[in-house]
Amino acid sequence: MEKIIFYCLAAVIIAFGIASVTSRKMLRSVIYLSFVLISIAGIFFLIDYNFLAAIQLTVYAGGIVVLIIFSVLLVHHIEMELEMAKASKKIVTAIACLIGLGVFLTAIYSYDFNVINNSLTTTTAEIGAGLLSYTAGGFILPFEVISVLLLAAMIGAIVIAKGKKLTENNNQSQ
Amino acid sequence: MIPGVSIYEILTVTSILFFIGVYGFITRTNLISILISVELILNASVVNFVIINKYLFPEALQGVYFSIFIIAVAAAETALAVSIIINLYRQISSVEVKEIETMKY
Amino acid sequence: MNLNLVILIPLIPLLVFLVLGLFYKKIKPAVSGYMGVLGLLFSTGLALYTAYRYFIVIGKTEGVYQTIVEKTVWMNFTDSLRIDMGILLDPIAVMMLIVVSVISLMVHIYSRGYMKGDPGYTKYFAFLSLFTFSMYGLVLATNLFQIYIFWELVGVSSYLLIGYYYTKESAVAAAKKAFVVTRFADLGFLIGILIIGYYTGTYDFETLNNPEGNSILNWAATSFMGLSALTWALILIFIGGAGKSAMFPLHIWLPDAMEGPTPVSALIHAATMVVAGVYLVARLFPMYYFIEDGFALNIVAFIGAFTALFAAVIAITQTDIKRVLAFSTMSQLGYMMLALGVSGYDGHDGLGFMSSMFHLFTHAMFKALLFLCAGSVIHAIHSNFLEDMGGLRKYMPITNITFLIAALAIAGVPPLAGFWSKDEILVAAFEHSLFLYVIGLFVAGLTAFYIFRIYFGIFWGKEGNYKEKPHESPGSMTAPLLILALLSIFGGFIPFSEFISPDKAGFETHLNLPLAAVAVFAGLLGIVLSWIFYKKESELADKFAKRFGSFYTWAYHKFYFDELYLFVTKRILFNGIARGAAKFDKKYVDGTMVGIGNQTVNTSEKIKGIQSGKVQDYAFAFIAGAVVLAIICIYLWLN
Repeated sequence: MEKIIFYCLAAVIIAFGIASVTSRKMLRSVIYLSFVLISIAGIFFLIDYNFLAAIQLTVYAGGIVVLIIFSVLLVHHIEMELEMAKASKKIVTAIACLIGLGVFLTAIYSYDFNVINNSLTTTTAEIGAGLLSYTAGGFILPFEVISVLLLAAMIGAIVIAKGKKLTENNNQSQ
Repeated sequence: MIPGVSIYEILTVTSILFFIGVYGFITRTNLISILISVELILNASVVNFVIINKYLFPEALQGVYFSIFIIAVAAAETALAVSIIINLYRQISSVEVKEIETMKY
Repeated sequence: MNLNLVILIPLIPLLVFLVLGLFYKKIKPAVSGYMGVLGLLFSTGLALYTAYRYFIVIGKTEGVYQTIVEKTVWMNFTDSLRIDMGILLDPIAVMMLIVVSVISLMVHIYSRGYMKGDPGYTKYFAFLSLFTFSMYGLVLATNLFQIYIFWELVGVSSYLLIGYYYTKESAVAAAKKAFVVTRFADLGFLIGILIIGYYTGTYDFETLNNPEGNSILNWAATSFMGLSALTWALILIFIGGAGKSAMFPLHIWLPDAMEGPTPVSALIHAATMVVAGVYLVARLFPMYYFIEDGFALNIVAFIGAFTALFAAVIAITQTDIKRVLAFSTMSQLGYMMLALGVSGYDGHDGLGFMSSMFHLFTHAMFKALLFLCAGSVIHAIHSNFLEDMGGLRKYMPITNITFLIAALAIAGVPPLAGFWSKDEILVAAFEHSLFLYVIGLFVAGLTAFYIFRIYFGIFWGKEGNYKEKPHESPGSMTAPLLILALLSIFGGFIPFSEFISPDKAGFETHLNLPLAAVAVFAGLLGIVLSWIFYKKESELADKFAKRFGSFYTWAYHKFYFDELYLFVTKRILFNGIARGAAKFDKKYVDGTMVGIGNQTVNTSEKIKGIQSGKVQDYAFAFIAGAVVLAIICIYLWLN
């Protein structure tokens, strides 16, 4: 049963991924991306990582896609058709990607993964405890660093996108 | 683990998704489309981490934690990329990749 | 004997040259003139003192004048093969010191008056001092390489002085010609030096000239094409000397060298530089005499005799008085070479050697006097040509008298100096070969004829059209004339044979009355003929010239040797060889270089697309590189 669900999700991911990178309309590309992201959240649900799936849905499908849609609205005429690259470039890239894919698959299929079959469920409490633990194997430091990073990203985004008009207004008002 | 699905199939899926993202990154002419392709690549790597964690090391949770951080970093990076795109749009009124070849020979 | 004073002799002119050369903008012309004269006065004093000490105070030891040598090692190749620098004093060196000093001093004093007002006055005196220094170094050389170094220095000084009027194209061409011809001859000189160094293992004159030494005794040990290798070396060295002494066929530079100022012609091309070739053969005389029984010496004699005749014939026809004097110099140098060529070695047999050196000595005096008088005339009339002159004896009495004295000396009229030296040469030639004696006698007659031709042409006959009345030269110019005239009169009475001889022992000479009478008769015949032809204005000379017809034209054009050489160089060397070489160079060598440059540019045009500025291209390269690396790693991992 899970197998069928997995295969459906995989098909959705791949189909909408290809659609996203080849679509000629901007907004459709974004929406296809959001479908891909939701399907990935589905995979996470399948393997009992509920917390991670929730994060995926909230941050990625909710936050990032919305951010991209806002930027699309700010800089675009939505009904405008996007240009596509030259055919030669597409073919060369496609071939290169296929070769790369072949390398990856060769590597993957040549290796013996010692898979441990289990059905453990991880609770959110466990994840939280791990994230905030001070002991060896704890992730408190990256947790704090990530918060600093997010602060820096916020400040950076404001500074970069501020533009001249805001500073002129400030100067005039002084 | 997902009963009935071997690790190989899942890893195949993520590889395909990764290369779809690479293809999109190199082929697209719009900056925002490139951003979308980058998201695809990152997501493929997230799934990779999680799957390996679940299939090979079920007791440990490092894969999950790492994936959380990847998602956080991706979010920050997308925010900054969007602000850069908006600033660039103000300068040259376009978000085509063709317009920003100033660092050429 | 203390050689410290001797080393001062060349160093004083060198110092004057350096000071005048480095500070020539700051020194006033009059000061530089005085400096030059003063320096040379010191050198002359020291040279005379050295001669006094060498010949009279020290004198002969065991009946032979000693060779005094002091040298230091300059370049070391092996234990036996090295180049030294030093001073060598033997009779001919001391004699040459006196000749160079006296003539140079006279020329310096004369130049103060002649070059007055010339813009390059200081430069001129600097060059004169450089030349004097080089000539001293050549004379005092202890080995072949040292003489070669100073030989080249003398050539350079000559080039600088001939081309002194550097704005005149003909002067520049003449300087180039002189330098190139002598340089070409010096190639033979250098090869000769190297052969001698290789086969005898030494360059030193003392070792080479030792008649009981290995260099001379073992001459037959090496053979090349029928002659000893050393003979070839001596012939080549003679070629070098022939270039400097304007022997046929390397004579073409000497007439053109008259483009330089007249005092320069007096110093360099009459008395000192051109005798360097004669001095070289004299310096190596034991080698020339003993090796292969004097084979090379025969060549010297014949070339000397031929040049004497050749130059005298041309001199009869020339109308530029300086050219006449140049060919006269060539002819007298031929005499000196002839005398060396017919000489023996021991005792009285060394008459040729002695007379050659004696003639060098006296010739320097009267030829320099002739040139300086000619300079005085040219200075007064501003023209070199015989047609513009005439009847100058009224205006320039001192020049008239001194020129007459010099002309009588060169014609060989007793008791002036020229008679004694020329007579000895003819006696030596008579004792060796009748053929050479007849040529020598004929040339003596021709000499008298042409020199009196220009004497009468300048000072007698119809007056030329003078724009302004010519006046006698100033005191600074006439004083040297008088001094040299005195030397020309009394110089012949020096008992030269006591001092100079090949075995350095000295011998007694007696006057050979019959031969002397014949020689004097030939000279007087020449004078009388030229009196008939030239003293008064007459058509006789032209009629005779027409009688000789084409031979006269050939002689007038110096037998077309200049044209021949020009033909060879211009048509064959320049157009034939050089042009082809230049084309090859421009097309292929340059083409290759330019082609390489162009190829680089083309390649860079093609590959500059890598820096396209497009992020996606960079990303593509990145991914491709990573994939390739992955392939390699996986391949290695799987195997």
